[in-house]
Formats: sequence, C-alpha cells, structure tokens
Amino acid sequence: MSSAHTGARPPARRLPLHWLGVLPFAAFVLLFLILPTMKIVVGAFQTPEGGFTFDNIIGLFTPSILSAYWISIKISIASALLGCLIGFAIASAVVFGGLPKWIRGPLLTFSGVASNFAGVPLAFAFLATLGPVGILTVFLRSNFGLDLRLLGFNLLSFWGLTVTYLFFQIPLMILIITPALDGLKREWREAAEILGATGLQYWRMVAFPILLPSLLGTLALLFANAFGAVATAIALTGSSLSIVPILLFAQIRGDVLGNPHLGYALAFGMIVVTGIANAIYIWLRARSERWLK
Amino acid sequence: MKKIWAWGALVFGLLYFTLPLIGMTNFSLKMRRGEYSFDAYGKVFSDPRFQETFTYSIMQALFTILFGVLLVVPTAYWVRLKLPRLRPYIEFITLLPLVIPAIVIVFGYIRLYNTSSWLPLTGSIFGTNVLLMFGYAILALPYMYRAVDTGLRTIDIATLTEAAQSLGAGWATILGRIILPNVLVAVLSGAFLTFAIVIGEFTMAALLNRPAFGPYMQLLGANRAYEPAALAVIAFGITWGCLGLIQLVSRFQKSAPPKA
Repeated sequence: MSSAHTGARPPARRLPLHWLGVLPFAAFVLLFLILPTMKIVVGAFQTPEGGFTFDNIIGLFTPSILSAYWISIKISIASALLGCLIGFAIASAVVFGGLPKWIRGPLLTFSGVASNFAGVPLAFAFLATLGPVGILTVFLRSNFGLDLRLLGFNLLSFWGLTVTYLFFQIPLMILIITPALDGLKREWREAAEILGATGLQYWRMVAFPILLPSLLGTLALLFANAFGAVATAIALTGSSLSIVPILLFAQIRGDVLGNPHLGYALAFGMIVVTGIANAIYIWLRARSERWLK
Repeated sequence: MKKIWAWGALVFGLLYFTLPLIGMTNFSLKMRRGEYSFDAYGKVFSDPRFQETFTYSIMQALFTILFGVLLVVPTAYWVRLKLPRLRPYIEFITLLPLVIPAIVIVFGYIRLYNTSSWLPLTGSIFGTNVLLMFGYAILALPYMYRAVDTGLRTIDIATLTEAAQSLGAGWATILGRIILPNVLVAVLSGAFLTFAIVIGEFTMAALLNRPAFGPYMQLLGANRAYEPAALAVIAFGITWGCLGLIQLVSRFQKSAPPKA
C-alpha cells in the first residue's frame, strides 16, 4: 500500500495543498455524520436551558426505560448467539462436512441476499409464515393439531422477534465465518492426528482456540446488528413491544417521554451499547488475523 | 456419521430460509378465495401511492449513487495517491455508519437542521429530500468506500496518473476518463448495494416524513392482509436482482489479479 505514493511525491517542499483534496469528503462526513451524532451526545448531558447535567442519564434508570433496554439487549444476545451457533454449524457443514462442492457458491450468494433482506419486507415474510394465519401456523394446526399460540409462541414477542432476526443474523455469520474456516490449515489437523489427537481433541485444543477471537468478534457484530434494527421490529410489532429502537422512534415522532433531552439520552445509550459491541469486534478481529492469513 | 450431521445442518438451514419465502409467496397469491391469483400484485401495482413512493425511492437511490460516486471515487483516489497515511483514519470514519444506528443519525439531523437552525434543511420539501439523500449516502458509505478502495488497489494509480499527466491531462480528465473506467466494476458493485439499501429503507424516510417506499410498505402492512406479502416478494426480488448484478459484474474483474 505504501508503494503507491512514492512516485507521486512532489520534488520540492511546497505548502501541503494536497490536503485540500479530502476537504469535500471531510466536510460532508462532519456535517452529516459527526456533528449530528455529537449533537445527540452533547444533548444527552444538557438541560433544556443548555447547562451541563447528568439528570438525563439518570432519567434512563426508570423501570420502563430500563426494561426496554433489557428486552433489546436480551433479543440481541439471543439472536446473536443462535445466529452464531446455527451459522457456524451450516458453514462448517459446507466447509468440512463432505457435502457436494457445488453447494458452497449458491449458499454464499444466498447469504449475501438474505443478510440484506431486513426491514419491513422481512417482517411481512414472517407474518405470512408464523403469524396467526401464516402458512406454518395453519399447517401445524390442521395437520398435527399443534396450536402455536396455545403453546405460548407469539410472533410479536421476544422469541418471535428473535426468530425473525435470525433470518439476517445467520447469513451474516456464514459470510464472515466461512473465510475463517477456510483459514484452518489442513496441516494443523494432520499434525494433531499424527500426535494422536482424536477429532474432538483437535477441535477443542487446536481449531476452537484459533477460531475463538473471530467467533466472539462476530458475536459482537451480530449483537450490534440486532440492537440497531428498527424497521423489522416496527413492521412486525407496531409499538406493542417496548424495545429501545421502537421507544426512540416514538420519542422522535411525538416526544412520548415528555422530555426531549431524555430522548437524547436514550439515543446516547444506543450509541454506547453498539459502540462497545463494535469495539470488541474490531479488537478481536485484529487478534484473529494473527493466525488466519 | 459426520455426513449425517452436516446434511442435518444444511437441511435445517434450508427449511428455515425457504419457509418464510414460501410463506410470503403463498400468502401473496391467496387474495382470491379458494384459488391462486395475482390479485394482490394487481392491487399493489395499480395503487397510485405505490407508483408514487416507488418512483420516489428509485429517484432517491439514483441520486444517492450519483452523489456517492462523485464523493467517494475522488476521495479514495486522492487518499491512495497523496495521503496514504490518512487511509486508516478515513477507513475508520467510513465504518462509523455501521456503529451508529441510523435512527440516531436521523435524530441528529432533525435537531441540527430544523427550521430554526443555521441550515434549515427540513424547512422545505426540497431541503428534506436533499437531507434524506445525504443520510442515504452516509448509510451506503461503508459499502461504497470499501468497494471503490478495493477496486483502486487492483490498478497502479500512481503510474496511470503520471502517464496521464505527462500527456497533458488535468485532474478531471484523469478521474473521469482513466480512474473511473478502471474501477467501474467496483463502483457498480457499490452502486447496486446502495440501490438495495435505499429502495426499502424505512427509518430515515419515516422520521423525515418523506413519501418513500419503506414507510409505504409499513403503512400497508398495518392496514392490509395480502398486499404486504406481495410487496415482500417484490422487495426480495429487488434485493436478489441487485446482489445478482453484483455477482455478474464482478465476473468481469476476475481476469485482473489483485495487487497489494
């Protein structure tokens, strides 16, 4: 990468005018990404008159807002964990499981599509499948006498949302973990086998520790991915399930909390949660790249 | 034994992913009692609100792509050519939209660019449209920048630039007639992904009160039974089409081996 600039450097020292070249980009990012975000962050620590305060942050610690965060975090953790687990199972089935080679290409293409198929249409697809008159609900009821509703399953609930989110979580996991699985060298397995390791020992003591940073990193990424999902949740549940994105949406629309600066604090909390998750992802990805090159 | 387990995982995945697709397709065809029909699609396509919002979102997508290309290609080129030390920082900034939820960004817009601010973009319809387009450009930035930057890596921009300069080309000519055609495949990948993102985007359009396709779908979903399923099929088709086009154009790139 550093070789690109050596030929183009001007011979004599001049005023560093080439900085001007990134000015449009810098101005755009500043105006439409950094400043709006800063406005929210600063607003979270301001009184309506503009003075500094912690009251808004303290205001988040009321039962209704805390429970909204808690449900959001639970759904994000559940869908991230299950997404990781199922995505890993499918990816490793295709990479090591001895399945026909041609499955791999279509699987990765489909994963690319499905990981982008989020939002309102995804909610419709699941309503048509697991909703009150969905194809699977009706099929189970009329053929097996199983009533999902009587069994306690409701699409507009914690598990309903989790199952729906998995539709974009699993493909994302497959897309990220397949290259990592490819990076496991055949020699490592052979070396382990020559030294007398069983298949389980190889996985437990060689493959798993190497994969662990990318697994945990992807987990953090999937968590942030689910935590920020607004459209799917709103289209699926309307406003019946109180999770943070829905609450924030209602707050921006009509100040349901009755305090604009509490809205800032709510948004600030979202940035903090996704920020931590992504920091973990970046840190762990840097660690995993040590082995998987 | 191992094979059974692998097939099991695959079949489970297949079931999980095909059932909702079958569900929505099946539901979208059932509007007429007792038989399959395309009535729901007919209803959707003849709805003037559908035509209006769909056209609006397509226009937004096209302007977002145009703006994104004009912003990202010169910047990525310039950073690679003259400011390589800035690259990690720029890359970090372009990844920020994946960290900061869209709902927070648009919340900031509403507060920062309202009618009483120094730049009252939300005060007029045109201003709000522009603001929404900027928001989409931010959402697409991670994908667009990465695609273009990867594309630039495969060509020797320093040599190309020097060759063009020694033949008397100005910056506009270099960018428009040498760099852009060379990274066209990458730009197209970014453009199709941008299109897929913008066309069904809900949060930003809804909160800025613009008549886009995403909010229209949500509204229809709250009020109708069969049309939403038809819309879901259409939206899935668009996503599939965009991603398919990316695969198609990146086949052309296979001939040029990447170079660090």
